[in-house]
Amino acid sequence: MHTSARWSALLLAPAVLLVAICFVVPIGSIVLRSFTEPELGLATYERLFADPTTLRVLGRTLLVALGAVGLCLLFGYPYAYLMTLVGPDMRAVLMVLVLVPFWTSLMARTFAWVSLLQRDGPVSALLAFAGVPGVTLLGTAAGVMIGMVQILLPYMVLTLSTTLSRIDRGLLTAAQSLGANRYRTFFQVYLPLSLPGVFAGSALVFILALGFYITPQLLGSPRESLIAQVIGVRVERLVDFAGAGGLSLIVLLTTALCLAAAVLAFRPVRAMLGQGGDRR
Amino acid sequence: MSKTNQSPGAPAATLQQTGRSVRLSGLSKHYGDFAAVDGIDMDIRAGELLTLLGASGSGKTTTLSMIAGFTTPTEGTVLIDGEEITRVPPHKRNLGMVFQHYSLFPHMNVRTNVEFPLKQRGVPKAERRRRAMEALEVVELAHRAQARVTELSGGQQQRIALARALVFSPSVLLMDEPFGALDRALREKMQMEVRRIHRELGVTVVFVTHDQQEALTLSDRIAVFERGRIEQVGTPEDLYERPASLHVATFLGESNLLPGTVDGGVFVTRSGSRLSAGSAENGPATLVVRPEHVRVQPATGTGAGIAATVGEVVYLGADKRLVAVTADGEITARIAAAEGYRPGDDVRLGWEPGAAAVFPG
Ligand SMILES: Nc1ncnc2c1ncn2[C@@H]1O[C@H](COP(=O)(O)OP(=O)(O)OP(=O)(O)O)[C@@H](O)[C@H]1O
Ligand SMILES: [Mg+2]
Repeated sequence: MHTSARWSALLLAPAVLLVAICFVVPIGSIVLRSFTEPELGLATYERLFADPTTLRVLGRTLLVALGAVGLCLLFGYPYAYLMTLVGPDMRAVLMVLVLVPFWTSLMARTFAWVSLLQRDGPVSALLAFAGVPGVTLLGTAAGVMIGMVQILLPYMVLTLSTTLSRIDRGLLTAAQSLGANRYRTFFQVYLPLSLPGVFAGSALVFILALGFYITPQLLGSPRESLIAQVIGVRVERLVDFAGAGGLSLIVLLTTALCLAAAVLAFRPVRAMLGQGGDRR
Repeated sequence: MSKTNQSPGAPAATLQQTGRSVRLSGLSKHYGDFAAVDGIDMDIRAGELLTLLGASGSGKTTTLSMIAGFTTPTEGTVLIDGEEITRVPPHKRNLGMVFQHYSLFPHMNVRTNVEFPLKQRGVPKAERRRRAMEALEVVELAHRAQARVTELSGGQQQRIALARALVFSPSVLLMDEPFGALDRALREKMQMEVRRIHRELGVTVVFVTHDQQEALTLSDRIAVFERGRIEQVGTPEDLYERPASLHVATFLGESNLLPGTVDGGVFVTRSGSRLSAGSAENGPATLVVRPEHVRVQPATGTGAGIAATVGEVVYLGADKRLVAVTADGEITARIAAAEGYRPGDDVRLGWEPGAAAVFPG
């Protein structure tokens, strides 16, 4: 037991080293610069928090990420659920449909959205045909959201479908035999059992959404930039590595805080849906 | 914690009830051209424990599922206490159901699992709790009320499932091979448990199994299924002593089969031995006789019966199992332990005319 644990530690060492070199070192160095430039201290953070745009952009980014999570759940949950109902052939088709976007680069897809959403583009024409003329989604928050959800949806669907496919459908039959109608069966049995997947998928989409750069840059308006864009501006145009590092740390801590809050909220929510069950 | 033996009925006062009757009339289920259940008529009496017994694929689960409401019959009706429920959705039928794979909710503990059906019926929290504990006492697992269901053994999980199916006093309890996943010893213990609970609560039970021993142990009556039809319904004794078909005779218990032909009230075996055929019709037939009805006598003189040589004798404690070799194949007999036959002895086999049954085919 002991020796095997030591062995696996040894075997894991190269991977850990690689992660350390590729992720921890760069992040660490840029975060370090936020405390050391121009001199040792918290001057960078005083400067960042004195600027009202910092918090505004941070808040907007969190809202957009939450919105993306919500929309991905709204579309992804029924889709993943459908995947558990159909036969193996249809399931393969649905899975391929989810994976297709991964075959094209994020950049290409975003440019595709630019041409779809532009003034007098296909989406405008469609909306005009449906009786809502003169709408251009390019350069709006809605445009950004559409692009982000399209990119993030596969992550939600894949995570959810793993969890949902493991739910024993016999439990639903049992619930009905015990007097629960379809609605109650869903809310008291299926939904609580799917929560681990909902949580994992939401966390993944949330974290990915916080880091979006190209999509809001190309589909959004410069007046509504998100935190990644602001960090980009500091690095590229202002050559303010300290400020960029400070913002990065703020995002990192905010993300960690959000996830911790979600973990804490997760148990009671699950317990509530599971009628006070105290599992896991 | 030790097992506590309750005085019968006392802890289960609110669970006690008068079971209801179930009537299946012309019930069929077709999948395309295939009839999984093919026009079944059956009366299940209030308070009885009836077993659906049959080989794999004979339509037992489909029948149970039509009673429960999960499968819609192609034809025919299901009535409970004379009231038709053929189109009533499962959650409104008020039937308890126990599945082979327990189907306990893993996100709830033992007690909340048992409370689940009461919650669906709007029973207030305090009463829900009290009745759940009562049902858990009936299955002798009240001391595990707070446990996670995954912490329990298979037998314990199935007892929780039983408590959950009984807690709302269903009019009928349906069980589909509930002990199929348990080992033999546990299975027999659970069978006794079902018998006791059935006796104490008075609920009507429909029990599906393909294990004839289980059916014989448990049932007030057994319905033997074969290819979507019911071959015979009767008490275990009826079925064992007076099987209506060759299939029923061979399915339940051990029997000897002798092929031959019937000619004017006489059954002639392939080797030419002549035996009583009762009222069987002329033509090819099979004679069936239970080992305990076969009489073994020394081969002195030329009495009636079949000449045979003792092949092997197995001592079973209470009695002996003797396999005799005849010109028509082996015949097994159960004989008293005191009898001293040895392999190689010449014997004569016979039986009372009423003890053997002759079926065409
Ligand atoms: N949904 C279905 N579609 C097609 N055929 C089915 C379906 N359900 C059952 N059948 C068929 O109906 C027949 C009866 O099935 P059923 O499950 O009632 O058998 P059973 O007696 O319960 O067998 P077992 O002892 O193996 O559980 C089988 O041949 C089965 O293949
Ligand atoms: Mg079955």
